[in-house]
Amino acid sequence: MWVYTDKVRDLFNNPKNVGEVDDADGVGEVGSLSCGDALKLTFKLDEAGRISDAKFQTFGCASAIASSSALTEMIIGKTLEEAEKITNQDIVEFLGGLPDKKMHCSVMGQEALQAAIANYRGERLPKEDSEIVCECFGVTQSEILDAINHNNLTTLEQVTDYTKAGGGCGTCHERIEELLQEVIGQVGAEHRPKEPAKPRLSNIQKMKLIEETLEREIQPNLEKDGGSIELVDIIGERVLVSLKGACATCAASDITLKHYVESKLRELVADTLVVEEVAQ
Amino acid sequence: MKTIYVDNNATTRVAPEVVEEMSPYFSEFYGNPSSMHFFGGQVQRKVEEARERVAALIGARPEEIIFTSCGTESDNTAIMSALHSNPEKRHVVSSRVEHPAVKNLVAQLKREDYRVTELPVDSKGLVSMEEVARTITDDTAIVSVMWANNETGVLFPVEEIAGLAKSRGALFHTDAVQAVGKLPVNMAESQIDMVSISGHKLHAPKGIGALYLRRGTRFSPYIIGGHQEEGRRGGTENVPYIIGLGKACEIAARSLEDEYLRVRSLRDKLENGLLEKIPNSIINGDREQRLPNTVSISFEYVEGESILLKLSDKGICASSGSACTSGSLEPSHVLRAMGVPFTAAHGSIRFSLSVYNTEEEINYILEVTPPIIEELRSISPFWKGPVARSCSAS
Repeated sequence: MWVYTDKVRDLFNNPKNVGEVDDADGVGEVGSLSCGDALKLTFKLDEAGRISDAKFQTFGCASAIASSSALTEMIIGKTLEEAEKITNQDIVEFLGGLPDKKMHCSVMGQEALQAAIANYRGERLPKEDSEIVCECFGVTQSEILDAINHNNLTTLEQVTDYTKAGGGCGTCHERIEELLQEVIGQVGAEHRPKEPAKPRLSNIQKMKLIEETLEREIQPNLEKDGGSIELVDIIGERVLVSLKGACATCAASDITLKHYVESKLRELVADTLVVEEVAQ
Repeated sequence: MKTIYVDNNATTRVAPEVVEEMSPYFSEFYGNPSSMHFFGGQVQRKVEEARERVAALIGARPEEIIFTSCGTESDNTAIMSALHSNPEKRHVVSSRVEHPAVKNLVAQLKREDYRVTELPVDSKGLVSMEEVARTITDDTAIVSVMWANNETGVLFPVEEIAGLAKSRGALFHTDAVQAVGKLPVNMAESQIDMVSISGHKLHAPKGIGALYLRRGTRFSPYIIGGHQEEGRRGGTENVPYIIGLGKACEIAARSLEDEYLRVRSLRDKLENGLLEKIPNSIINGDREQRLPNTVSISFEYVEGESILLKLSDKGICASSGSACTSGSLEPSHVLRAMGVPFTAAHGSIRFSLSVYNTEEEINYILEVTPPIIEELRSISPFWKGPVARSCSAS
């Protein structure tokens, strides 16, 4: 059972500012039913440009409801410039702490606030133009980088706790690790030793290795999602495959193919390989 | 605050009669059943009595019962024994809705290059026998399909699957930890080769289980050690717990029919009452082919952990298939395999009853649950009021 602080339990049982502000100046909606939590934040400004009223509606667990309630209390009375400085850590502090696995609830609060302010200003958020890394939960690269930077995250597990990214099929784990390395590399200025060049393979060796990698590394991961992959042919550096099962009808299959299958084959076989899907 | 425990598929209260039967075997009769003296011998007789009691509950012979430490050990023992005894066969058949004790073992076998087929289920949680027939081949070493699903209570046609497996020369195992003690089980008129039983699901303590192994079935032990259990499971017997399991089985055999008619009528009252009082609620799983004690119900547009916490504040202990309760981010694999829509999967609650539940408790749950759902829906951005449509799965 989760251990929640008294503050979380209190705000869960007696949430403040539930509902929608009439004639809202800013509206921020994040999350979805499929993700398991969602928050709609609305606020109203007074003549001085201060947030005079803020309300929330939340679908989610106790910590999501408490984080949302906390957020509304924290922003009322602030100017937008003051409000946008609020981070997810401020929400966590307001609540007296959250379990690690629930950190994403505080991030959802911060994101709803950013979305509502952007909505008021008529701006687009960076995440709307950013590439989606985690398909299962629709998490973009800019959201992941923000979470890493603001919370000094160092591990994949932490990124999942804070953003949910990587908490589903696991296809994006490698990409998240890369993003972590990019940030940690910049901060720590650490020189990662260059990986030794892969030995040159004969054509037969390469084909065998591709087949093995598809079967042992890639297939089991796709099967977790009810999908499947079949090797059709290998022509030079081109690996022709056909996706089956859930993958065949999945909107994200392109991403699976390029970001997962191709990068895995490049890592384990040869970095010159190109994966292409063929109809069968 | 009174505790209303309706999470009996997670674990059950140890029956007071069971505790009483066990207690002399800690400090008074603590002998080792293998010893060559009267002090061990009297313990051995009691262990054999327990074996007879477990056998009697499921219509088996005493020598077909092997005591283990839990349901998970029984499952692992059965499946690994089938593979070791038939090394030429490389195919394993299971279902997508198994308990992790089977599901994760099968996933491991896949990594070890076994060919694995996990049978899909339909929206009611049922498997298709045509699919089963297509799947089992001469290369299949073991078919392992649960008797009753722990989350939905849905029952599988284990006898029919066992018959099909036998006709193709494959062994059949069933994880029956949720079924034994709740349903009549008779191995004397069955083609099932192996059955897993867990003590703490039928009012014996945690930490004791049993495996039924049909006479004549080739067997390879999972825990290798001494000659205990006829060399089929090494390790000194967990004497008091074995005695406890025996007593629990004896009680279950006596009270099975009467008590479960009563439990079923309480469950039906709870289920019908919730459906009637709470709009947009959906029963997960087939309502006919189901354990008498279990109801899995989804309340759309609200999240399961929130419901559980509010129920818990009222003294009601239930469980949920929602993502948040487990620490994973996705809802239960059982509900996903059934294709339960996300609007409902995150808001699923399981109530599982036992013989200790009363009508008064059911009335109390029916009184406090609707306002909890209403309150959470009033906070939810997705709730736009009840939608008129059929509100049950069957």
